[in-house]
Amino acid sequence: MTNETATGQIIIVGAGECGGRAAVALRERGWKGKITIVGEETLPPYERPQLSKGFLTKKDETSTFGNADSTKFGPLEIKHLVNVKVESLDRAAHSLSLADGRHLFYDRLLLATGASARRPSIPGSELALCLRTRADADRIKARLSPEKKVIIIGGGLIGLELAASATLLGCRATLIERNDKVLSRCAPISIAGIVEARHRAEGVRFIFGTGVKSIEDRTDGLLVSTTTGSTLVADVVIAGIGAVPNVALAKAAGLAIENGISTNEFLQTSDPDIYAAGDCASTIHPLLAGVRLRLESWRSALEQGERAARNILGEDVRQGTLPWFWSDQFELCLQVVGLPQTAATTIERWLSPDALLNFHLGGEGRLVAASAVGLLNLIAKDIRVAEMLIVQSARPDPRLLAEPGYRLKTLLAA
Amino acid sequence: MTGNWIDACAAGDIENEDVIRFDHEGLTFAIYRTKDDLYFATAGLCTHEAVHLSSGLVMGTIIECPKHNGRFDFTSGKAKGAPVCVDLRTFPVKVEDDRVYVQIDV
Repeated sequence: MTNETATGQIIIVGAGECGGRAAVALRERGWKGKITIVGEETLPPYERPQLSKGFLTKKDETSTFGNADSTKFGPLEIKHLVNVKVESLDRAAHSLSLADGRHLFYDRLLLATGASARRPSIPGSELALCLRTRADADRIKARLSPEKKVIIIGGGLIGLELAASATLLGCRATLIERNDKVLSRCAPISIAGIVEARHRAEGVRFIFGTGVKSIEDRTDGLLVSTTTGSTLVADVVIAGIGAVPNVALAKAAGLAIENGISTNEFLQTSDPDIYAAGDCASTIHPLLAGVRLRLESWRSALEQGERAARNILGEDVRQGTLPWFWSDQFELCLQVVGLPQTAATTIERWLSPDALLNFHLGGEGRLVAASAVGLLNLIAKDIRVAEMLIVQSARPDPRLLAEPGYRLKTLLAA
Repeated sequence: MTGNWIDACAAGDIENEDVIRFDHEGLTFAIYRTKDDLYFATAGLCTHEAVHLSSGLVMGTIIECPKHNGRFDFTSGKAKGAPVCVDLRTFPVKVEDDRVYVQIDV
């Protein structure tokens, strides 16, 4: 598709950060035709990471909630249809049917439908709050007042961030996790230990090796029954047990689905006129030996949104960045780059008694991932250098990696 | 008068191709040293989410925010693309007798 065509229409389904970035990137790359972005929420694209953290704990709500891209929709003539669901996709007719009866026609389509919070499949699950959107966060925020008993189901990133935010707001938080430790899916055990200890020091209670069997609404609060036979009473129950990609529209239209909407390394789906990006899409990662991945991360949503836009306009851009995410809990910052679970050995670099950087080495000593926890100013530079070393396929000397006095940046030039 | 020259740090306090934080009268700044030993100063907080840029990595004349990888050219303050779109304020710097001075107009 060429930039000079002024008649075509590119439609983006999903007005999250991925969709918003894609829309603005289309204009930045010179697309002069129509751009329409269709979203189910009433808000412009906004940054979701804050919803479990600063948004909950800060009193002053930011009046401008949209992100940087959303402020450009007006000047760049990007049409944003709000509060409307896309009911169906007719690939042969290149058209979308909206819930309000409208039909839209596209030349190219980008599916940036995101993911939804997974709900526990237990009796009373509707009594548990979930967190995904600003509206969800508003509901949670309204209930987190001092001394409230809060039960959080799930010891992943969202569950831990919610436990920290609830504690900072004066609530008494208990976290229930099926596994025997927190962060079992996304961080090494050494990091999980530091994070758990920090939470315990703030008064968070942990119940490990336990699931939730049911939730009942009683006069004295919500009664949570666990799989190990105990019962707990809470004022608020929040489930943070992961997300499921929103693939219904794509699936009904016959697009290939493989842990999300399946795309090639150019983010093109099984229909060449349709692209998918962000949390809803799985794609081949060129920097990770062609592994198919679906990433649920802020940086990936922006990167893929921009790349999908460029590829829609005729470029062939492959992914050049590694999976990366961060989390904030109390004053601790957690950052992981690459896939630590693919590593063979781990080298620890202790930056302070409670700041740890792990270098994860694969076969032949190649650096494949790095993970860190600690104060941001202690870990951030090193993890960024580690990321560059991974992209360089570096095989750094493990003894230097373990030495906190050694300036890591020196390895970049080597 | 356009502002006072404030003694911020020793020239050697900043490593080659690095950045440090400097606080003055309730304001926070980031002071940079390039590979060629040139010194620059900008506002200390990222224009995106108010994170201290001094925790970020310096590569050439680019400072990268440690939180969301927003990038700025610290010699001009120019924002280099999403997620940052607001430029950083810059401040004049001079080095005399191995001390770094920042001109702050407050």
